[in-house]
Amino acid sequence: MTSALSITRSVAPPRAAFLDFPLGHTTGKKNQPEMQLNLMRQALAGFEEIDEPGTIRFLAERWSEDESWRQNAMAGGGSKKEESSDDSRTPRLDTPQYQYPADRDEAERLHHQGACGSCVGAE
Amino acid sequence: MTESSAAEPVDYIAETRATYDTLGYPPYQWVKNEGTPPWTPVRVPLREAKLALAASGGIYQRGQHAFHFKDDASFRVIDTSVSCDDLRITHFAYDLTDARADPNVVFPLDPLRALVEAGELGSIAPEAFTFMGGIYSARKVREELAPALVERIVDQRPDIALLVPV
Repeated sequence: MTSALSITRSVAPPRAAFLDFPLGHTTGKKNQPEMQLNLMRQALAGFEEIDEPGTIRFLAERWSEDESWRQNAMAGGGSKKEESSDDSRTPRLDTPQYQYPADRDEAERLHHQGACGSCVGAE
Repeated sequence: MTESSAAEPVDYIAETRATYDTLGYPPYQWVKNEGTPPWTPVRVPLREAKLALAASGGIYQRGQHAFHFKDDASFRVIDTSVSCDDLRITHFAYDLTDARADPNVVFPLDPLRALVEAGELGSIAPEAFTFMGGIYSARKVREELAPALVERIVDQRPDIALLVPV
């Protein structure tokens, strides 16, 4: 599944389902299990129905009636930021970026005795 | 921002090129695969198929190391019976707000489990694989990460594989 059509066309996977949503919502909207289920059902149907390599199936769901999210799609479709020539991209830090500080404590505790086997390439 | 009509899909390749131009960087070299994509027919109906899941949204599980943001080509093995409450998200290239509130928007375990429950999908392979999108080096992905992922996915003998990039 993809929400970046030009990139998927360039990569050219055997089968794809394109959902025209802002980045960070490849498989649906948050806390909408019915929508997520229906989208997944449509996407997986491609495994049975697509018979030409490189087909990209367009899913019909729309993010909103209002199309303004596209103007700030790189940032997830939220409110538009001020145009700037400064580099506003997130710094490429080479240390683990935990969602919660407690995650770091838990990971360090669990890895204290050695590798867990599920963090491949990171221990 | 490049000009486009309102309802056209956002062209992220053009957007990235514009950003890099503004910053004075040379254009990013996107992967471009030419020719007909490789093709393997699906030999079983969906209701009998075992599905393997791989996702690039920076998902990790409580207790695992988080990803870092500089060409991190490591991956995490996620038990697909995990509670979504134990999933975490970290990534530099998209707005994480919604994915952190509901990981199913980038790692669709709950909808897949619901389809299995409904008898529409056979099963989900016991291990899913997650990594960082936004790895700058395509070579590193092609020569290190992708072969390692393929090996682990094939080991589970799935019938189909669902890839969920961000």
